[in-house]
Amino acid sequence: MDIDLVTNILYAMVRTGTPLLLVALGEMVCEKSGVLNLGQEGMMLMGAVAGFVAALLSGSLVIGFLLAIVAGVLMSALFAILALGLTANQVATGLALTIFGTGLSAFIGADYVGHPIDGLEPILIPLLFEIPIIGRMLFAQDLMVYLSFVIFIAIYAFFRWSRPGLIVKAVGENPDAANAIGLPVLKTRFLAILFGGAMAGLAGGYLSLAYTPLWAENMSAGRGWIALALVVFASWKTERVLLGAWLFGLASILHLVIQGLGYRVSPNLLAMLPYVATIVVLVILSSNSARSKLVAPVSLGKPFHVSK
Amino acid sequence: MIRLEPRGQQSKLMAWVSPLLAALLMLASGAILFLALGRDPVEGLYTLLILPVQDLYGISELSVKAAPILLCAVGLAVVFRAKIWNIGAEGQLLMGALGGGYVALKLIDAQGFWVLPAVLFGGIMSGMLWAMLAAWLKTAFNANEILTTIMLNYIALNLLIYAVHGPLKDPDGYNFPESAIFSYDATLPILIEGTRTHIGMAFALFGVVVVWVLLSRSFLGFQIKVLGLDQSAARLAGFREKHLVWISLGISGAFAGLAGVSEVAGPIGQLVPQISPGYGYAAIIVAFLGRLHPVGILLATLLMALIYMGGELAQINLGLPVALTGLFQGMLLFYLLACDVLINYRIRFGRSLPLTTTQGER
Amino acid sequence: MSNQIPRLRLSGITKTYPGCIANDGVSLSLEAGEIHALLGENGAGKSTLMKIIYGVIKPDKGELFWDGVPIEISSPAEARRNGIGMVFQHFSLFETLSITENIALALGDEAGDLDRLASRIKEVSQHYGMALNPDRDVHTLSVGERQRVEIVRCLIQPISLLILDEPTSVLTPQEVDALFVTLRQLANDGCTILFISHKLNEVKALCHNATILREGRVTGNCDPQIESTTRIAGMMVGEDTPLSTEYPKVQGAEIALEISDLNLRSDEPFGTNLKHLNLQVRSGEILGIAGVAGNGQEEFLAALSGETPLNQAKIIQFNGNDISRFRPDQRRRLGVGFVPEERLGRGAIPEMSLTENALLTGYDMPLKTAGMINFSACRSFARKIVSSFKVRCSGIESEAQSLSGGNLQKFIIGREVLQSPKLLIAAHPTWGVDVGAATAIHKSLIELRNQGAAILVISEDIDELFLICDRLGAICHGQLSPFKPTLETDISEIGRWMAGDFATEVA
Repeated sequence: MDIDLVTNILYAMVRTGTPLLLVALGEMVCEKSGVLNLGQEGMMLMGAVAGFVAALLSGSLVIGFLLAIVAGVLMSALFAILALGLTANQVATGLALTIFGTGLSAFIGADYVGHPIDGLEPILIPLLFEIPIIGRMLFAQDLMVYLSFVIFIAIYAFFRWSRPGLIVKAVGENPDAANAIGLPVLKTRFLAILFGGAMAGLAGGYLSLAYTPLWAENMSAGRGWIALALVVFASWKTERVLLGAWLFGLASILHLVIQGLGYRVSPNLLAMLPYVATIVVLVILSSNSARSKLVAPVSLGKPFHVSK
Repeated sequence: MIRLEPRGQQSKLMAWVSPLLAALLMLASGAILFLALGRDPVEGLYTLLILPVQDLYGISELSVKAAPILLCAVGLAVVFRAKIWNIGAEGQLLMGALGGGYVALKLIDAQGFWVLPAVLFGGIMSGMLWAMLAAWLKTAFNANEILTTIMLNYIALNLLIYAVHGPLKDPDGYNFPESAIFSYDATLPILIEGTRTHIGMAFALFGVVVVWVLLSRSFLGFQIKVLGLDQSAARLAGFREKHLVWISLGISGAFAGLAGVSEVAGPIGQLVPQISPGYGYAAIIVAFLGRLHPVGILLATLLMALIYMGGELAQINLGLPVALTGLFQGMLLFYLLACDVLINYRIRFGRSLPLTTTQGER
Repeated sequence: MSNQIPRLRLSGITKTYPGCIANDGVSLSLEAGEIHALLGENGAGKSTLMKIIYGVIKPDKGELFWDGVPIEISSPAEARRNGIGMVFQHFSLFETLSITENIALALGDEAGDLDRLASRIKEVSQHYGMALNPDRDVHTLSVGERQRVEIVRCLIQPISLLILDEPTSVLTPQEVDALFVTLRQLANDGCTILFISHKLNEVKALCHNATILREGRVTGNCDPQIESTTRIAGMMVGEDTPLSTEYPKVQGAEIALEISDLNLRSDEPFGTNLKHLNLQVRSGEILGIAGVAGNGQEEFLAALSGETPLNQAKIIQFNGNDISRFRPDQRRRLGVGFVPEERLGRGAIPEMSLTENALLTGYDMPLKTAGMINFSACRSFARKIVSSFKVRCSGIESEAQSLSGGNLQKFIIGREVLQSPKLLIAAHPTWGVDVGAATAIHKSLIELRNQGAAILVISEDIDELFLICDRLGAICHGQLSPFKPTLETDISEIGRWMAGDFATEVA
């Protein structure tokens, strides 16, 4: 393998991993607070279509990304009202969010399928991008990739050092105890869900405005679900989410690599790779049940009802 | 001030009122949506609900749409009762179609009464094994079934696409991604002459009865329900958890597989890349809407099939995107979950409180 | 003292839940430096009342006066600002966080720098004789240590009222004595202590004053040092309820259950490993195992029931059968019955009817034929349980969750006893139930014993074990103490065993 190929693979890996990283970081924060939101796919699709339509109509990518975030937040608010306000089952509500988001995004985007727009351009960071092998990977990306680095560091610091980070963890571990000592359980969870929605919306926007600047029905292609597996893979640890997202990015572009190396394999079979990889990862990570119980937020997925 | 107040016991009445309420809310939202899109809401709802079934042909088409949804949904009633979240009915349906289709193509020159049962058997087994893959991953490796079944859906779809582009492509098909058309003996018989209503609908109705007996009368069904309500109680009572996971996922996969093979050996007649417009996902909504009860599911299936047909008609008559169907499906599930709060809580206005006897704190 | 303005006065506090009045016009007054007992049996409304004081629950009616001034406490944070601290029965601690982090969370923004907080924690805990290392994670602590964390959490800030909810139920007798020393020291420093309990002897040993609650109402007020035990007990449970009976102790016959060198690694994250457990239960005797929660009881019970499969032979033998590798249903078929700790959940399915809950473990009565449920047999079995054990319910089709704790527990015990087990394993059989139900349960266990069944009871309630058991021992850190006939041991010896000091007194 020559250096150019490796450089390109690493570049594409980070680029492909970015939407996964964004949505998985959001879901991780949400899960740390004890809420399992299976609606990632639906929120991403809504982010993608809202961002695309907004950018197309306004001609501004900034407005596009903002609208993508707003769409994700609105979707997650819907989830929060049902799952927190009405203590509906989180699994069913998350599924409903995905089904609804898939339907609504297809409905909104029906007239925009196939319209091209100018997507986000890469920004080369002077000097640094010329570093061999990792230069392009880290310093020749577009703005959203750099933003994903910043968000990653912010979330890492949030859980490592901040008091609100401690509160999120406490609420996710034992909401009854948190309520008893006066921590705002529902408010914390509500904000965590909204943050997850914003990140999923942003990730969707990245798909339709930067990664492949166009709108297509179901264009997230299961990334929202893969992100859920990624959080399990990462054992709810921020740094491992980054690693996982990039590894999945690599799995998704493997067909390009294989073709680049001159092998001929059916593209339809290669397209299964990320999904197969997800299952393999789940199997490896979950088979030690004691360990997986230890790392998961204790109250994940359990509704909490305050009796007043 | 509006408050939610726990009932203490689940309301049996509300459990059945809630789906009706949800359907009404969906229709009301639909009317508002039509209005917002500048269409006449009455005409819109008419197109959606009445127009599709105003003649025998329409009703027979409804049964064609209903059969696969009903098959998938009664299967899901079994796994969901065990609180095993099989989101993979879609993939199991596709594998049923692929497996059954494979048998049909291998037997394309064969004749006899045994050909169709062989094709159906191939479909049922494929769906069942695909679901049992998730059961294996869950029982042996503790892998979350929601994620594995979703991933298996994507893999099944890619396998199907691969098959019709490659090994199962019709050699005389001008390079279209389609298989050859199945032989007459491998095709489902039509129930009502002159329509497309096929025997798959009879299978589905039979499935309703089987699942009802299983869940309401058999000890196996009782064990499945206990497992779903409280895992630790099932364990202490000596029910074999892993067996139940295998059995319930297997049953659900078998029904979805039958749905898939009935589509390709029925109305479609060959393997194509587009076999299901999301029947497996719609069945999830149907299963919830029907309260995981076979009879409720039958009624919910009819509504769901109607929405599918209405969506197609709305595209033709009103020029709305066919994605309208998905939108209505999503709304329906949302409203259902919201209305379900009434099962455990009653709505109170103000601060009035009922006074009754003193009881323990727990 | 009586001329002073009370530190806290409650007047006419009422709180209603659907189907139950938790507090009905409760009035109470607490002086500075006083240790005041709030006495009452399970379900009397004690927990609700102190949650109202601590701002967790809002009362429907009534007023609170703090140093004579009316106040409304709308949240625990506000209670803490007023100098009110509370130690919960179910600790409100976060297992994966350190002691310092736990305390910082409760303090809010006043927690400040974590390092400085840690040294404060050390200081305070040493001052009151409760040594703690602030850097340790909570899941590594024993139950007694966790309670210290809860107490220290309250003492870090200036405090004038400390509420303790059944603090002794999780402690060994020796730990109880140490706790009382700390509480007396606090009271001498001027802090008011509200001590919630249902144990009369402790209240008599510690408290200056007692308020007694029954069915949500105040039924009496007295000085427990002076008032007679019978009178106080009468106020607690009502004059007409028969108080505890004595049961004759017996010697068992042949060995029914024999456990030889049971070792088990727990695969729960914070579980306890079982080490070299040996035990024999004889037919016609009740064997009791005392212990503080979290010392391996759950793991031991799971091994006994077959929920945790063993992969070695000859570990558990029952009436001559090696049942080590048997599943729960196989053990049940040989005549082993189980009463688990969680009655809603493991013992009974909350959403299912009593009929279905009868089927849950009674299926081999038999209540089924050829894989199909025999519903009329289920119903008649459920009816039999309800009538012979006087379960109060609105019928056999009512959901398990609609029953009160005591009635549900009677139903579960009845379901197991009516299957005539040769061995009954019961965990915390009267935990959280009222005195009437507890007495009925104890009587049925004794009766089952007299019919020749072997019974193993694991409980945190020492008084209960002394009352019904013929032989006693304790479990600590996953190890079993020796066993002795109940008549040849006493509370202090069992207390030492519960703390892991397994030396036997020379009799």
